[in-house]
Amino acid sequence: MYPDYMAESLRKVAQTRPKRLELARKPDPVYPPMNAEERLKVLEGFHPDYEPSARRPVRVGPNRGETLTTEVSDLLESHSWLRSEQVDLENPDFETDLLIIGGGGAGCNAALVAMKEHGMRSIIATKLRMGDANTMMSQGGMQAAVSRTDSPTRHYLDAIGGGHFENKPELVRALTEDGPGVVKWLEDLGVVWDKQQDGSMKVMHGGGTSRKRMLSCRDYTGAMIMRTLMDEVRNHPDMIDIKEFMPAVELIMDDKGRCAGAILYSMDSEEFFTVKAKSTIIATGGYGRLHIRGYDTTNHYGATGDGLVMAYRAGAKLMYMDSVQYHPTGVSFPEQIAGFLVTEAIRGAGGQPLNKDGELFVFPREPRDIEASAIIRECAQNGGGIETPSGRVGVWLDSPLIDMLHGEGYTDKHFPAMYRQFIRYGIDITKLPMLIYPSLHYQNGGIEINERCETDLPGLYVAGEASGGLHGRNRLMGNSVLDYNVFGRRAGRYAGEYAKTVKLGKLSLAHIDDYEKELADSGVKSDLVTPVLLPSYAPKDVKKRQLVRGKNTLPGSSVLQNRLFDERPDA
Amino acid sequence: MTSVKAGKTKKQQASKVEGGREVVEQDLITVYIMGKAYEVPADATIMGAIEYAGHQIIRGAGCREGYCGACATIYRLPGDYKIRTGLACMTMVEEGMTLAQIPSVPAEKAIYDIEKLKPNVTAIQEMYPSVFRCVACATCTRSCPQGLQVMDYVQAAKRGDIAQVMDLSFDCVVCGLCMLRCPAEITQPLMGIMAKRLYGRYLRKDSPELAERVKAVEEGAYNAEYAELMSMNREDLSKRYYARDSE
Repeated sequence: MYPDYMAESLRKVAQTRPKRLELARKPDPVYPPMNAEERLKVLEGFHPDYEPSARRPVRVGPNRGETLTTEVSDLLESHSWLRSEQVDLENPDFETDLLIIGGGGAGCNAALVAMKEHGMRSIIATKLRMGDANTMMSQGGMQAAVSRTDSPTRHYLDAIGGGHFENKPELVRALTEDGPGVVKWLEDLGVVWDKQQDGSMKVMHGGGTSRKRMLSCRDYTGAMIMRTLMDEVRNHPDMIDIKEFMPAVELIMDDKGRCAGAILYSMDSEEFFTVKAKSTIIATGGYGRLHIRGYDTTNHYGATGDGLVMAYRAGAKLMYMDSVQYHPTGVSFPEQIAGFLVTEAIRGAGGQPLNKDGELFVFPREPRDIEASAIIRECAQNGGGIETPSGRVGVWLDSPLIDMLHGEGYTDKHFPAMYRQFIRYGIDITKLPMLIYPSLHYQNGGIEINERCETDLPGLYVAGEASGGLHGRNRLMGNSVLDYNVFGRRAGRYAGEYAKTVKLGKLSLAHIDDYEKELADSGVKSDLVTPVLLPSYAPKDVKKRQLVRGKNTLPGSSVLQNRLFDERPDA
Repeated sequence: MTSVKAGKTKKQQASKVEGGREVVEQDLITVYIMGKAYEVPADATIMGAIEYAGHQIIRGAGCREGYCGACATIYRLPGDYKIRTGLACMTMVEEGMTLAQIPSVPAEKAIYDIEKLKPNVTAIQEMYPSVFRCVACATCTRSCPQGLQVMDYVQAAKRGDIAQVMDLSFDCVVCGLCMLRCPAEITQPLMGIMAKRLYGRYLRKDSPELAERVKAVEEGAYNAEYAELMSMNREDLSKRYYARDSE
């Protein structure tokens, strides 16, 4: 339940609701959407990316000199887990056609397509279990232009405008043009889409969509897709070898500069294994668990940007790594679920963000960066936020409107996960609004790819959140679910095709020695060892006692020693 | 607590946690993690408490938001014989709770070709015959942290009612607690996944406009429009974008 002192504010929300319900029933927007100038103003004034310490130039690697998100620069200016001379590359522990790093949506799609289209075998190496990925957690839906009032080119325009016209056009075309085919691919694998009585797809709005284009599986969209893909992958044990709790920690190159596999690390036994692969796909997802700018995150436990740093050390260029997506609606109260995702579909279905006086202050379906910035502005500048007992701040998201607009039982039927999330704490979202605030959600940029998922390095492919260029500096809702499907499939297709012909040379880890040298030459001092693999949430005093052990700043040994966020001096 | 605060600067956090744990404003209670006593915040989730105790979870945490089922946990409360079940990320600690995580439940997934199955009782019989061992005790339903009617979907599976299995098992997070508790040793969540796939593949109503759209894309119907949009400079594209109508 909400604490008593919020009652007055809740009363105001209830008071303004009938009028806002009337507004919502009309075809016009409930609040004027921003024009280009207003968008720029709110971004520059209030988006966390624009705070002075949010970015700094990176001093090493392919993007050297470019200004990146501070935590990303920290991540890249770090040491390898490995010393090259200690790794035996002559006798690989495993050999395969495709090595797929990451067992989420992109990785599963890639393995299936490489198998079906090219008869290629894969190893999927993943840090936690298969499906422990942001894919599993996407609630609201997937964009795809399937209704008669819509078209793939309109989807293109929405996506590229949402990304402030900085998206790589050929990637946006691939995304939007492949969209309808992906819906069918998933449906034929057995994904149960929400439908109308006549079989047509149920479509909803999301932020920045000009047509209703959001397809869903209740609010378990990602879970449905992930479980279907995983189940299909597991139906082919002879072709797809799954290695769980085996994250990659470095890529392997050959003497001709081609990617030739990776070194895996066993989380259980702390051993390293060598995988020689004709082509390698990075499908490691994003970086929410780096807790950029101290924000809570909606991301899964393993989202630590591992693929970024591995690819970067090997020489692949990153794109738009100065841009972070904060989801407009993370939970602000109750404390136990702070930062958790409140699906954008709540606003798509008519939920409205309100200040403490129960008033609208932003169009509910602006693109995410705009919506999030407007919420931060309402709290920071206009004093419209509500403070929680633990000192967080938030605005209301008026969910009871949804049943009023669509009929009683709608929330229960379409948002069972959201309902469950809050009712555990005595908050019935069909009767009371949710208290929300932006939460760290998505890595807008990543390793630069083309429409074939190719990088600067032959043999290295990237798909999904780990890649950069598709979303420009701001992704729209539902385009990431489509992203990992479209580009996961493409990665499997093109990496599979490449694997048929490539003849690898002598394997090498020279790039990690070169990188170490560059760090030293650039005067970088860091005790950070990456990939980070897992965040630590031990309290400070526990960590101090853990770090009593000798040589605690050296690379190697245990995941427990890997610490990015909490151990930096200004953390 | 142990997680990072939303919407606050690091400085504020640092001042808050300075000098060690934030014990000042927290009530602590005793819980027993795999038998060992720890003082943890009274308002913590089980997952938060395990991390507050200083454990680095490797198995037993995934999405941390109730979707992935990695953090299945069994526990007992003082003076109560009952074994209780929950997701560690979603369940609050209680005074005297004694708990253990069950991050993996051994179970054999049936290997099948979805194209060769039919959405009927035969598929269930062939792939998950243990379903027919159900004695309708409802232990599965009582152990489900999602509050699903697990036994009802097992019964529906026995009747070959794939649509009902799909509907009732839709929100299953495959934590495995039901199959761990089941006296008939059924693997309910795995059967549920197969049933959902059978429904999606065979029992759905087809969308005519989806088929049309897929065909149109294959035939290159949008090539000209794409070419035009992709050749536009930023200014013209911006004009087109802000002038577009909305549904």
